[in-house]
Amino acid sequence: MITEIMRNKFTTLCSTVVPLPIENIDTDQIIPARFLKATTREGFGENLFRDWRFDKEGNPKEEFVMNSPKYKGQILVAGKNFGCGSSREHAAWAIEGAGFRAVVSSFFADIFRNNALNNGLLPVVVSEEMLAAIFNAAKVDPSAQLMIDLPAQTIELVGSDYKETFEIAPYKKECLMNGYDDVDFLVSIRSEIEAFEQK
Amino acid sequence: MNTLFDKIWDAHTVRVIDGGSCVLYIDRQYIHEVTSPQAFAGLRRRGIEVFRPQQVTASPDHNIPTLNQHLPIAEPQSAEQVATLMQNCAENKITIFPIGDEHNGIIHVIGPQTGLTQPGMTIVCGDSHTSTHGALGCVAFGIGTSEVEMALASQCILQSKPKSMRINIEGELGKGVYSKDIILYIISKLGTGGGTGHFVEFAGSAIRSLSMEARMTICNMSIEMGARGGMIAPDQTTFDYLKGREFAPQGEEWDAAVERWSQLRSDDDAVFDKEVTFDAADIKPMITYGTNPGMGIAIEEDIPSSESMDSASQSTYRKALAYMGFAEGEKIIGKKVDYVFVGSCTNGRIEDLRAFTNFVKGKRKADNVTAWIVPGSKEVERMAIEEGLRDVLQEAGFELRQPGCSACLAMNEDKIPAGKYCVATSNRNFEGRQGPDSRTMLAGPLVAAAAAVTGVVTDPRELM
Repeated sequence: MITEIMRNKFTTLCSTVVPLPIENIDTDQIIPARFLKATTREGFGENLFRDWRFDKEGNPKEEFVMNSPKYKGQILVAGKNFGCGSSREHAAWAIEGAGFRAVVSSFFADIFRNNALNNGLLPVVVSEEMLAAIFNAAKVDPSAQLMIDLPAQTIELVGSDYKETFEIAPYKKECLMNGYDDVDFLVSIRSEIEAFEQK
Repeated sequence: MNTLFDKIWDAHTVRVIDGGSCVLYIDRQYIHEVTSPQAFAGLRRRGIEVFRPQQVTASPDHNIPTLNQHLPIAEPQSAEQVATLMQNCAENKITIFPIGDEHNGIIHVIGPQTGLTQPGMTIVCGDSHTSTHGALGCVAFGIGTSEVEMALASQCILQSKPKSMRINIEGELGKGVYSKDIILYIISKLGTGGGTGHFVEFAGSAIRSLSMEARMTICNMSIEMGARGGMIAPDQTTFDYLKGREFAPQGEEWDAAVERWSQLRSDDDAVFDKEVTFDAADIKPMITYGTNPGMGIAIEEDIPSSESMDSASQSTYRKALAYMGFAEGEKIIGKKVDYVFVGSCTNGRIEDLRAFTNFVKGKRKADNVTAWIVPGSKEVERMAIEEGLRDVLQEAGFELRQPGCSACLAMNEDKIPAGKYCVATSNRNFEGRQGPDSRTMLAGPLVAAAAAVTGVVTDPRELM
């Protein structure tokens, strides 16, 4: 049972990257709590990394990578333990709202990973070695690209020997590739859930 | 040979779908105003009703002011979020404890306090500190808003089963060492990602000796080491705590429940994917000096050097110290403190207020310190007044505020100003967590009390 709630489908993505070589980026940095007061899912992208990206007057901080004209792209690359802290799904909404389709790190916090997957934002885990290679490649040449192939579960630093496979639960992969979401599925098995309750 | 976690999880698994994703049945869902509106909107868009409204309980907590709660919320967006929660609950016949209600408070404080949280349950909430409830022997964890919508729609969520981990604390705790020190110590040893992918059971003689509320502080912060959740096997302490609480089973049902709950423990031959043991005697009063909860030290120690770190970690570490205005090798004792915050789902329960109040009794708040003492619930506030804690606090120069999440995440007016230092009994010291450019040092109620009366970071054992 699939309704119109379907999200963007994800198959392959080839893009330049926005590198953020900082470890333990918590969801308070991704979207500070004072911006969680909305009652809709839209508009969080403007405040992504708010306090790193803008000064108190709201002017862009030049040194922050998202404000550099050199670094644009649909893939955010960050240091290990990305998305730790609060369960706020607003973090995934903010990243997606700012135009990213995938986040690459060597390690994701559990709740963030689930939230990303539930919003069609693909979290890709690479080795520490490959992560360092991506940061280095992007530093040397901002036009460096990553190629992510979801059906094949591979990620490649284009023009290099770095190509790795990544893991994703088969069910989640199918959801992402087809734009399904879990609510439809769970509602479709309500009678099975009712039977479980009787046990 | 099953773990306690396995037993509860497996008993709640409706179906395992290909690749290991589990349809997990949820006994109880808690909701608050910040992470639920989009979930209700999703249900409306789909034309679906809440599946089991009687298994859902709501309390506004994140946004609410901690003064003058009888007045309308002044900040329009906060007011709208709280009003939206009220309306969503009314439309869907969900029990809500509104601001000012005798049951209102931080959802993770009122769940156990009312007896809604019980051993053996699965519990979710759109809030990472849902792990708190694990102290009563349940599988409780934080979820995102899409998952809140799933649970509202079907009383189930889809979830991969985490790995299991056991952390044992053996031996006797030293003078002035409380549960907050234990969990800050564990996180300082294992790091903020040390529990990622795992569900943690806390065990060992030191854990067994703790009160129910002290256990909640430990489970509360299991998410700060990345764990999916934390739990402690129920025992007599758990049953004594729950007995007679409003929503706990009564009479014959109580006896049957205790019988059932007494079976909830890891088998002697249970094997955990990861297991670590610490000696309770090694734990000292703790405080954090950096911008994640893993950056903690015994209060008598110096701020660590980054020499032995790899370059990626080193730059992150230096960024954190620069934010805090601290240098490697410095003493933390004697650092100036501008604010003290006592409260939150970590340390906003009555035992925390008692510990703080006993310490400051007969002493005086330092002039340079602004202190916010915020009870975790209306019930905690009532007890603090009845027990005379408020009077003692007032004599020492402190004011007891009204319940809410408050300065833990500064969504209401309780914000630490830029550049100021706050010793906080809450759970996160992330950059800007307590307000833009605020600087947080996490600690337990006693370290907070010692800072409040001296105006600088002070070892509480010297004043005891």
